[in-house]
Amino acid sequence: MAHSGPKTPHPDTLAVHAGQSPDPATGSRAVPIYQTASYVFPDTETAAALFNMETPGHVYSRLSNPTVAVFEERMAALEDGAGAIATASGQAALHLAIATLMGRGGHIVSSASLYGGTHNLFAYTLPRFGITTTFVPSRDLDAWRAAIRPETRLLFGESVGNPSVDVLDIPSIAAIAHEQSLPLLVDATVTTPALGRPFEMGADLVMHSATKFLSGHGVVIGGVLVDGGRFDWIASGKFPTLTEPYEGFHGMVFSEESTAAAFLLRARREGLRDFGACMAPMTAFQILQGLETLPVRMDRHIANTAKVVEYLAKHDAVVNVHHPAIATHGDHALAERLYPRGCSAILSFELKGGRDAGRRFIEKLSLFSHLANIGDAKSLVIHPATTTHFRMDDPALAAAGITAGTVRLSIGLEHPDDLIEDLGRALYASQK
Amino acid sequence: MQFIVQGYPAYAYTGGRPYEPKAPAIVFIHGAALDHSVWQWQSRYFAHHGFTVLAVDLPAHGRSPGIARTAIESMADWVSLFIEAAGLERAHVVGQSMGSLVALDTAIRHRTRVERLALIATAMPMAVNDAFLAAARDDSPAGFDMETTWGHARNSALTQSPVPGMFLAGASRRLNGRALPGVQHADLAACNAYRPSADALRGLDVPTLVIGGSRDQMTGPKAGEALAREIPGAQFVLLDAGHSVMSEAPRPTQAAISRFLGPGRLH
Repeated sequence: MAHSGPKTPHPDTLAVHAGQSPDPATGSRAVPIYQTASYVFPDTETAAALFNMETPGHVYSRLSNPTVAVFEERMAALEDGAGAIATASGQAALHLAIATLMGRGGHIVSSASLYGGTHNLFAYTLPRFGITTTFVPSRDLDAWRAAIRPETRLLFGESVGNPSVDVLDIPSIAAIAHEQSLPLLVDATVTTPALGRPFEMGADLVMHSATKFLSGHGVVIGGVLVDGGRFDWIASGKFPTLTEPYEGFHGMVFSEESTAAAFLLRARREGLRDFGACMAPMTAFQILQGLETLPVRMDRHIANTAKVVEYLAKHDAVVNVHHPAIATHGDHALAERLYPRGCSAILSFELKGGRDAGRRFIEKLSLFSHLANIGDAKSLVIHPATTTHFRMDDPALAAAGITAGTVRLSIGLEHPDDLIEDLGRALYASQK
Repeated sequence: MQFIVQGYPAYAYTGGRPYEPKAPAIVFIHGAALDHSVWQWQSRYFAHHGFTVLAVDLPAHGRSPGIARTAIESMADWVSLFIEAAGLERAHVVGQSMGSLVALDTAIRHRTRVERLALIATAMPMAVNDAFLAAARDDSPAGFDMETTWGHARNSALTQSPVPGMFLAGASRRLNGRALPGVQHADLAACNAYRPSADALRGLDVPTLVIGGSRDQMTGPKAGEALAREIPGAQFVLLDAGHSVMSEAPRPTQAAISRFLGPGRLH
């Protein structure tokens, strides 16, 4: 709702400044890299207070670190959340969320349009720990609703599915989750807070692979989990990890300790402490270098993508292009509503000639890099069926919107004419 | 922990320790449209340093049901009854913002219930501007945005939080957002209307500490210092913080209160 009262600074400003004060020790304007494992306690009294959470501060860099905290607080501000926890990777952020919310017997309802690594975690690895997942077509709201069971503890989806590029209807799926007093976790790696903020659409938790657009440079692996602070864990009654005494921390009841940040408390005090998938300070520093320019970069990513999509859609060698900017895409209207600045620099398309054409196309590209990543300043290409999603069987591939001929592109920051020239040469070669 | 006050459940956080009525007690009182968790650090610290902590949720706030009180005096009456319901003769009473007025009025009109008084981020009068009141009356998000933005130091979003990983303004905004309809306006209107007599302030014979935030955008430090001058013997301490002194400067706040209250009783 628009109003004239004071607000927090704009995202462009937050991306540059949030979470950081000039270093109190040195005056350093840039974020210092606090490359330390631990912190000297001024006295025994303070040490005891820090360990017992009577006072905030740093104890050991697996739990928190000043450089990492800047990244966490900047992401929380950009997402308009209550706080955040940085992790060793995007997969670590997802695992941290799940392990904080449920244990053996827990159940997840997830969109079937997933990054292959997430599908692995849900389909093959978590069942070994007693946590199962039901996959549903992301656009089938009835299927989301029908898949919820008494033991369901989480709904999950990617804001824009990778590589199918379908758009998650966050407001509708959040409403379904909230009808059952369940939280919705959104992997917003593809959209980033520069294009859309899932909390404003109704999500309760947000995670990112910070390796991708948040960094933009492709030099680190990292993740982040942000808590919107809105979900009422007590009223839900389904989350004893947050609402009942935890013997692992002197009987602390996290929901009593913090109304808005109980989830983050448990995730840090148990999840980081015991699973240990923390972010290194150097990694946080490197991600922050990219994060400062996120809004500017995303605009360029989106503008370049629009030109590439337009070019591919008209090309004779292309059967079809999957991107919400295309008017016939099933999520075109939804994307325009949720992401008016554009929603994805990822696109996929089907080549005439199937797998062989795909191989010739990829091998002929010279500007696009053939590798397993997205969200780099450099444009990237991959063949999902033989790489990122190779463990999925044919039905699972189909559910994720992938065929043998699907090619995924991540559009970078090069000049769009150069990208189109590179694509043109490779498309020509693919049809020989 | 729940108590019963005037027939309604009344929630108070005890700082992670079992309720122990024999130790010296501190009642913490939150501000408008907030709850006990604004005292997260202080509750836990004092509960583990020889005090019984009762960080209350006022009626219709947080986990306490009931009807929101519309006058500071009514809230103070409730605090007095709460102290009684908790089985205490008296308690140290510590409040922030609206809670500081409630604490003050508890000391003025229920003197025997108050051992020592600490008023944080306070002013007398605590005038609330018309736009803020209007937004709260309409239950507009603007009301919560104003409370969040003015309730922290200017540009607090652009500074590092003392609590690693927490975006203090965001967390505070979410806490505000949980308030029941009408509660923020009832609270703000109560602050705006509260005017104890000058005689009541000058006659206050309770040891009093006033803590101000040097970057407070709601109740500037001069206002807190002025109130401290009105109360006989009151001390004034200025900390580097905005209006949300307890979260923006948690350690200095604990230290100031600790010096003022003296040692607790070891459990």
